[in-house]
Amino acid sequence: MLAACCLSALALVTGGVRARADTVSPDGKVHVTYWDKWISGYEGTAIETTVAAFNHSQARIVVDYYITSQIDRKTIIATAGGDPPDIAGLWAQNVSTFADAEALTPLDSFIEKGGLTKEQWLSRYYPVFARICQHGGHVYAGISTPATMALYWNKTMFREAGLDPDRPPRTLAEFNDDCRRLTRRDPKTGALAQVGFLPQEPGWWPWAFCCWFGGSMFDGHSVTLATNPHNVEAMRWMQGFTSQNGLSDVKTFSSYFGPWASPTAPFFTGKLAMVIQGVWYDGYIAQYKPGLDYGVGPWPEAVPGVRDFGMAEADILTIPRGARNPGAAWEFIKYVNSSNPQARTRDELQGAELLDFLQEKLSPLRVWSPYFAQHHPNAHIAVFRKLAESPHIVCIPDMGTWWEYYREILSAFDKVRLLEATPEQALAYSQERLDESWARYRLSLERHGQAANVAAITPP
Amino acid sequence: MNKRERRRLRLGLAFTGLWIVGIGTFTAWPVIASLYYSFCDYSILKAPVWSGLENYRELIHDDLFWKSLRNTLFYAGLSVPLGTVVALSLALLLNCEVRGRSLFRLFFYLPSIVPMVASAMLWLWIFNGQFGLLNWALAPLLAPFGLHPPAWLVDPLWAKPALVIMSLWGVGNAMVIYLAGLQDVPRELYEAASIDGATGWRKFWHVTLPLLAPVIYFNLIMALISSLQIFTQAYIMSEAANGNGTVSDGNPARSTLFYTIYLFTVAFYDLRMGYASAMAYVLFLITVLLTWLATRAARSRLQHLN
Repeated sequence: MLAACCLSALALVTGGVRARADTVSPDGKVHVTYWDKWISGYEGTAIETTVAAFNHSQARIVVDYYITSQIDRKTIIATAGGDPPDIAGLWAQNVSTFADAEALTPLDSFIEKGGLTKEQWLSRYYPVFARICQHGGHVYAGISTPATMALYWNKTMFREAGLDPDRPPRTLAEFNDDCRRLTRRDPKTGALAQVGFLPQEPGWWPWAFCCWFGGSMFDGHSVTLATNPHNVEAMRWMQGFTSQNGLSDVKTFSSYFGPWASPTAPFFTGKLAMVIQGVWYDGYIAQYKPGLDYGVGPWPEAVPGVRDFGMAEADILTIPRGARNPGAAWEFIKYVNSSNPQARTRDELQGAELLDFLQEKLSPLRVWSPYFAQHHPNAHIAVFRKLAESPHIVCIPDMGTWWEYYREILSAFDKVRLLEATPEQALAYSQERLDESWARYRLSLERHGQAANVAAITPP
Repeated sequence: MNKRERRRLRLGLAFTGLWIVGIGTFTAWPVIASLYYSFCDYSILKAPVWSGLENYRELIHDDLFWKSLRNTLFYAGLSVPLGTVVALSLALLLNCEVRGRSLFRLFFYLPSIVPMVASAMLWLWIFNGQFGLLNWALAPLLAPFGLHPPAWLVDPLWAKPALVIMSLWGVGNAMVIYLAGLQDVPRELYEAASIDGATGWRKFWHVTLPLLAPVIYFNLIMALISSLQIFTQAYIMSEAANGNGTVSDGNPARSTLFYTIYLFTVAFYDLRMGYASAMAYVLFLITVLLTWLATRAARSRLQHLN
């Protein structure tokens, strides 16, 4: 009943929201409310510094930054209540769902007012980040912090296993072989003492492993989770880590793992030799395991000929529907999605490069200034940049039911790695649920008169 | 209605008006509105579209609805009786005349006022496979039999029992109510039972328990209702122990996907508020049904007491 009350209380305050002209405060400035998730540490400092730099760069707009946890849910509730922030720092996963829910303001008209076509604006980004910004032919987001994922390996563990610490595995076969050589058991108890790799650590991207094997999640019209044989192959590979090491042993071993961003994370404690992680991981290694001897490289070649497979994610900046100052909000988004390509000193860095330099991440823009490229604090930034440029990089599919899809993949992955089902069974079950969900979603769009959205995703 | 009565009515309304407006706006209206939304395709930001019984029909065919219901009933089925036995046992012990009784009462009550999030973080460590206090205690006991303690929160088989064990942490409230109930048991009944030759167990069975029956009934109903709404500890612990951290799905392998977690996920991740409203009403009906069954089962004993 409590849940029912909460849901309806939200609904009570819904309505009467529309884009409007910016509101000038008594101090003669437009105050933009900006919610984002960066709490503290170097990532929090980075966004605060970027906001301050924007505020100093002009005299008309003041961006007020508010740290907001569970940003996506709070944004949707505030938008439903007619009092959203001017800018919401969401995740890439939110774009399609929020856009279809009519929670976001399209940015197309702002881009055009600035004298660029949508295509010109998007062409400034690496293609994968341009894809993340769009849904249904409209631009709904700017990028705040982009990320690509790479292979991290512990050089000390490689050395101890008799492997070349400066040569990460280049093919899947080498990767599997290295994993075997890096796996050790306690001579007394026989329990696992260290392993080469476990797909459940951190366990965020089993879908990306499917794509790594040549699979796909969505063909633009239909769910392809169980129908693409490469997805099954990838799941079988993931299951292998449990079946080879023993279910009970893996469970006991992995129960030792602390949270990924803590000193007890298995990669930091020397229990896990290799992990797929994002560009942010260097910063966390410096924080939780300073002095760790590690390397960063591309994903090994799983599909013959594809040597630059990668996966991208991003934090995004959006203007929720009903924002009080959409024009001023766009000015900030534009600032964060631009840079000074001539920057030769730290002080000359602007927008995207300033934020991403301080966050030790890559820029989503194709053109990097000399200072950003040559003095980047992340020693491995070139690896992540190369992955962003790759034609084989993937990101989450552009579909409004992604959260549900993601949960289904995680569930299938859990069943497979815990040997509760074969990959075929687990994926078939999820496919059935997702087909139903996708049909229901299309029906819902039709019911709400969003014919254009339906046409874009209806099977030909 | 005469002038005086009208004045009294106005005065009464003046005192209760704020409450009436508050409960009307924030409770009564949402309850009614959510009933309507449960028959709609509704996602907060777009106008609700009437879809009849579609949400309820879909619930019947939704595997996750049934799985979350089974998980919740499993949890309630274990935690409610276990919690009752532990709370009552503690109350009986703390009712004994021992030195430092108030201090013991304080210690046993204290955990129930610790915020749930803090408790969950603490229990995460207690259940940790390597550093956990529980496995540290269990390991030497199981070792002679060649057994190892379970991996608790990362094992689908043991994740729910782990949460049941954790639920005992919060029995302090029920314990205090039992203690209050025990104060009301007339001493002369115990004296009469002693004269009749009753021992401690017989006194408990024939005097204490029957006279505590209304209190037990009250605590059972409250525990049942709260266990059917288990959310916070499961939400925090299943995510933290299994590392996904981005979406709540009752990890591992949906073994801790409880009803309210599924409802929350459907509502706030999938933005299917109509379906979530239907789930809320079904939970309400289940709670009413189970409460009615418990009342019916307790009725004869309570009538006997009266």
